[in-house]
Amino acid sequence: MARSTRWRTVLLGLISLTLAACSSGTPVGGAPAAGATAAGGAAAVATSAAPAANSAAAAAATAAPTVASAAATVAPTVASAAAAAAPTVAAAANTAVAALTNSDVGVTKDTILLGGTIALSGPAAAYGTIARAADAYLHYVNDNGGIYGRQISYKYLDDAYNPAQTVPLTKQQVEQDQVFLMYGGLGTQSQTSVRDYLNSKKVPQVFVATGATTFAAEFEKYPYTFGWQPVYQGESLIYAQYILKNAPNAKIGVIYQNDDYGQDYLDGLTKGLGNKAAEMIVDKESNDVGAPDLSSQILKLKNSGADTFFVFETPSPAIKAIVAAFQAGWQPAIYLNAVSGPVPYLQAAQKAAGDPAAVNGITSVLYLKDSIDPAQANDPGIQLFKQVMAKYYPEGKVDDNFNVYGMGTAYSLVDVLKKAGPNLTRAGVLDALNNLNETDNPFVYPGIPVKNSPTDHYTITQEYLAKYDPTLNNYKSISQPIDVRGLIKFP
Amino acid sequence: MRSPLTRWLPVAALLIALALPFALSGFQTLELAYALIFAIAILGLNILTGFSGQISLGHGAFLAIGAFTTAIGVQRLHLPYLATIPIAALLCGLLGWVIGAGAGRLEGIYLGLATFALGVATPDLLKKQTSLTGGVKGISLPPVTSPIAALSDDQYFYLLCLAIGGGLFVLAANMLGDRTGRAWRAVRDGELAAAAFGVNVGYYKTLAFALSAALAGVAGSLYGLATAFVSTDAFPFQLSIALLVGAVVGGIGSIGGALVGGLLTEFLPIYAQQMLLPINKQLANAAPGAVQGVLLLVVLGLARGGVAGLVGDAYYRLIRANRTTTEGVTDGEINTLAYRPSRPD
Repeated sequence: MARSTRWRTVLLGLISLTLAACSSGTPVGGAPAAGATAAGGAAAVATSAAPAANSAAAAAATAAPTVASAAATVAPTVASAAAAAAPTVAAAANTAVAALTNSDVGVTKDTILLGGTIALSGPAAAYGTIARAADAYLHYVNDNGGIYGRQISYKYLDDAYNPAQTVPLTKQQVEQDQVFLMYGGLGTQSQTSVRDYLNSKKVPQVFVATGATTFAAEFEKYPYTFGWQPVYQGESLIYAQYILKNAPNAKIGVIYQNDDYGQDYLDGLTKGLGNKAAEMIVDKESNDVGAPDLSSQILKLKNSGADTFFVFETPSPAIKAIVAAFQAGWQPAIYLNAVSGPVPYLQAAQKAAGDPAAVNGITSVLYLKDSIDPAQANDPGIQLFKQVMAKYYPEGKVDDNFNVYGMGTAYSLVDVLKKAGPNLTRAGVLDALNNLNETDNPFVYPGIPVKNSPTDHYTITQEYLAKYDPTLNNYKSISQPIDVRGLIKFP
Repeated sequence: MRSPLTRWLPVAALLIALALPFALSGFQTLELAYALIFAIAILGLNILTGFSGQISLGHGAFLAIGAFTTAIGVQRLHLPYLATIPIAALLCGLLGWVIGAGAGRLEGIYLGLATFALGVATPDLLKKQTSLTGGVKGISLPPVTSPIAALSDDQYFYLLCLAIGGGLFVLAANMLGDRTGRAWRAVRDGELAAAAFGVNVGYYKTLAFALSAALAGVAGSLYGLATAFVSTDAFPFQLSIALLVGAVVGGIGSIGGALVGGLLTEFLPIYAQQMLLPINKQLANAAPGAVQGVLLLVVLGLARGGVAGLVGDAYYRLIRANRTTTEGVTDGEINTLAYRPSRPD
């Protein structure tokens, strides 16, 4: 009895301490993860900027002819960024006075505070690495002089993919932490849940990590909200254009995830095929998120006589669908949406099916460079990616293409913050976002612009079609970039 | 037995609760409102598990139904949002009665499994009714605005939750101290014995299920209003588990425990994660789930009465210690004499 009493007393103490910590209301550990970088900023410019420029130049020199054009566009950017860094720091002293008078919430003369929410735990925790990679790139930018001498601090919080957690966390960042803007928020429902709030507070909601068409389409109603990646409907329009041109007699069977994501894809395909849709789509089957087995849907699709198979799924069910089709002896032309398209997923499907024929010739679209493609190993963008990963996010996986995505959006963000000028304001950022026109994003394939205009917010609208070749463990492009800008209809 | 603790603690808690929104920032007030909402849901679980001895692994389902009732009421039927709260309670209560009447025939693990199925299936079922629930796109609600100029929107909403929650807590406390509460406890401790004393076991079990579902419906309705956006992703199966863990850690079978459980459910995952983030990112990722698990193990192993039980124990020990020292009783005797079981009955 005495023993258990002592335990109870200790425990009581511990729990009351915990309660005290909670009820005090201060976010004890809420200090921005990036906060530590501010100190070393200027000193690091001299040391770390130089190797960055050198390696980029070296990469450009050794790059294969096919990527040389890309190298030509990217290398100067990196080099000039590095070269420009030193004068910027010096100039910051002059511009600082002006910046102080005109800058906005979350901006001081030497810091910019950004907020964001993403799933770091819960069912979608695999996406969390996007924010980590973006943060790594922002650290790299900080170490190369920051933006007009200001160091970026990116504070991202875990909403576990649950809108009911996104709302209070977003309010915390806007009202308590006083962030300049919200960046990289992930999840369609989560970001929808704070879109009204952020727009009413006039806080930019920048580069939401979702392809839901609404975020790009409803910019007149939500002028502070911006997407980045190609919208799902845009991607299926690209497939539709390709099919109409190259396989006009295809009989299409579709499997799609029964949520906004799958339905958005299906909508795009149906609209893209226009008045031929009813004739060409012979069957469509859906499955719920997390469905353990898709074989009954696959059998129905096979028996419908379809010779072309569209898979609009998240990676895990996509793999199941491909394997099930192969095991059912069905050999259609397979089109796989970009979310499930990365090579590791196809390798997993090949392994599960036990035969490379299961994945041979699968068609998907590409716009982001690929960190594991041996042919791109010397690409300066991928080299920069690997360099940033090694130095600022060593525990991250280089072969996870979500990291390339994170850095791609971070590059555009830095671009926008630079264009907004030394007197950094939310209005200036909106202006820069509305007129974003980037042709040199090193993480996006050359020739694909990252572009907005005041009347069009579909940011990335071009993608290549590519066919998977299991002998190369990679895709080979089969088309020029197809552009669907101006063709996406909403709702 | 109205000891000074049971008399003054609620009053003190209420005073602090009234003062808090004026001392905290807007978002912190909103977080506290979420904690109150969880406390209401946990109060329901407490009645169900702590007092009538049944278990529910699927109370998130009733929260979801409550939230969608409010969303549909406000957005499609243009009802004032306050009117949707009792409708949500009634609807969930009825549903709880029907489910409870069926599930009441199940015992222990089987009831757990049946409610588990309910918790897992409900969000998907709601998702299918696209025309009614907005399907995967969810339903946006206009934010609750304060009709009183002196109060901000967040302060008003928090005080609304406090008023509703306070009322429900008083109601529950009265009920549990009354014949209904005694009947539930009798059923919990031995159905045969309870029946022998003339307690209608089936009726009281069903009543507990219906009431706890109604409370969850109120909580869900407020949860939807707090988020101003109702969608199925907000009611994952983990929510049901988090509520049950909150109930157990707070103190199952104790009214005050529900309040503690609400606070823990809201704040512990967030702050555990934010505290661990500078130390280790991977650890921080696992924090919300891990903290729940560890606390549950600790409570089950060392303090069955949860936080509320511990506070009660400590308090009684303190009084006894003061009293007995004047009467000249030794420490060892205090330990054997003064020990009270954590369950307050």
